[in-house]
Amino acid sequence: MKWKEKLIESFLVFSGSIGILTTLGIITVLLYEAVQFFSEVSIVDFLTDTEWTPLFANKRFGIMALLSGTLLTTLIAIVIALPLGLIIAIYLSEYADSRLRAYIKPLLEVLASIPTVVYGFFALTVVTPFLQKFIPELAGFNALSPGIVMGVMIIPLISSLSEDALYAVPRSLREGAYALGSSKLQTSFRVVLPAASSGVVVSVILAISRALGETMIVAIAAGQQPRLTFNPLVPIETVTTYIVQVSLGDVPQNSLEYKTIFAAGLSLFVFTFILNNISYFIKKKYTQKYE
Amino acid sequence: MNNEQKKNLKNNLFKAMAISATLFGLFILAVLLISIVIDGFGRLSMSFFTDLPSRKADQAGIYTAWTGTLWIMIVTALFALPVGIAAGIYLQEYGRKNKFASFVDINISNLAGVPSIIYGLLGLEFFVRWCGLGQSILSGSLTLALLILPIIIVSTREALKAVPDTIREASYALGASQWQTIQHQVLPAASGGIMTGVILSLSRAVGETAPLIVVGALTYVPFAPSNWNDSFTVLPIQIFNWASRPQQDFLVNAAAGIIVLLVITFLMNGTAIYLRNRWQKKIKW
Repeated sequence: MKWKEKLIESFLVFSGSIGILTTLGIITVLLYEAVQFFSEVSIVDFLTDTEWTPLFANKRFGIMALLSGTLLTTLIAIVIALPLGLIIAIYLSEYADSRLRAYIKPLLEVLASIPTVVYGFFALTVVTPFLQKFIPELAGFNALSPGIVMGVMIIPLISSLSEDALYAVPRSLREGAYALGSSKLQTSFRVVLPAASSGVVVSVILAISRALGETMIVAIAAGQQPRLTFNPLVPIETVTTYIVQVSLGDVPQNSLEYKTIFAAGLSLFVFTFILNNISYFIKKKYTQKYE
Repeated sequence: MNNEQKKNLKNNLFKAMAISATLFGLFILAVLLISIVIDGFGRLSMSFFTDLPSRKADQAGIYTAWTGTLWIMIVTALFALPVGIAAGIYLQEYGRKNKFASFVDINISNLAGVPSIIYGLLGLEFFVRWCGLGQSILSGSLTLALLILPIIIVSTREALKAVPDTIREASYALGASQWQTIQHQVLPAASGGIMTGVILSLSRAVGETAPLIVVGALTYVPFAPSNWNDSFTVLPIQIFNWASRPQQDFLVNAAAGIIVLLVITFLMNGTAIYLRNRWQKKIKW
């Protein structure tokens, strides 16, 4: 009996360590290929060149041309999702009665459960043609439409997590504010929101991290033309789209082109890794404990 | 207008804004669903499910795609379930106050935020090349298993956390060991919550596209896979493939494929929510 339990317990420990192995694996794989890449391409060129053309005869490796696409679509998504998500969170937590909340929250979360390839199709076939009615110069592939659709997709990420944080703020704080003559709106924005700020910030960081790594929406609707621009109306290419584009083609393994997707992936990973750690830190350190 | 009226006006203005924000989200959801049903519903037929891919849009079907999706789902579950649940048990029941467990915890929360395409790169280099598994169902499934592990671990922990300590203490008082307590008392009590997490994570795996493309799933597979070493495609990749073509007819196919994918996703999520509600109602401590 004793050895059997020891066996089970060691399987449990092993399973727990898979998480660590995965993280190590990701870092090892990205660094292993990226180091080889940077032995052929100077890291200065990588960071300062303004063009990204590894698949052409005249090869240029300026990652900024891809990162700008990623940052642009992420920015558009957050501009949509942050105000909407936050307003919805405050409304659900402070205004809506509990029955309405019980319906609205899961309905909004449906938005987050839809596979991203579906959003990509939606951006390409519905949103882009619709926007073109108002912005005639909008190209068929652009950053604006997938950015907006991505924003809608991450609304529930912000609204649900922020609402949890707002809802956890104890009643006594609100009652204190009312007793001093505050209106509901003042209480919500000046007392409850600041008290829940760490949870709200964490939700926004997670949303940004999600948008940075989003692939299929931009791969379908944003185009495959790397360019260093912040014009949302023209075709661009994101880091993730480039990785998909290379994976779909016949790029021989061990070639420089093959290594570029790891260098591109590493650049993306660095961003999200830093963001994730910040959010973990905030969650652990600043989450207010009310008794 | 006095102060009181101003406050009221602002209050109502905010309410109106909030309701429009909520409705905006739901409105987009509705437009998405309706437009896809309008585009694709007419294309659904028995032969759409049994036809192989084709260069002609009206003869192309999703047979290789849905069989691939089924394979991927089953093999992914085979690896992710035992490991994910075991890791959850370890972290929640054994590792509450030790350094290793808190390090694992940071890792898990970090992994949950790693873009799925990065998992694809890991799978491509590690499973496909270093382990020599090739661009197979096995490589794809192992990659997705790592991807959904954090979801299973977190929901297993939540479910275990909901089981009150009195149950554990009563079991210890009767002379049961820690594992006996977990096996006979804690796990059965937490099973509903764990199942919910498992189904949600598999539904996520079914919708994943990017990591499988990177691992080397093909956009064109002439035959349905017959074992886990075969090359494969999945439903989302087939949809992506059709959506990337300029011809209108293929966009119709994509929409029809999306209807199938959404039905699968919603059925799985619906089951998960139903299980969660039933489980929460049944247990009153």
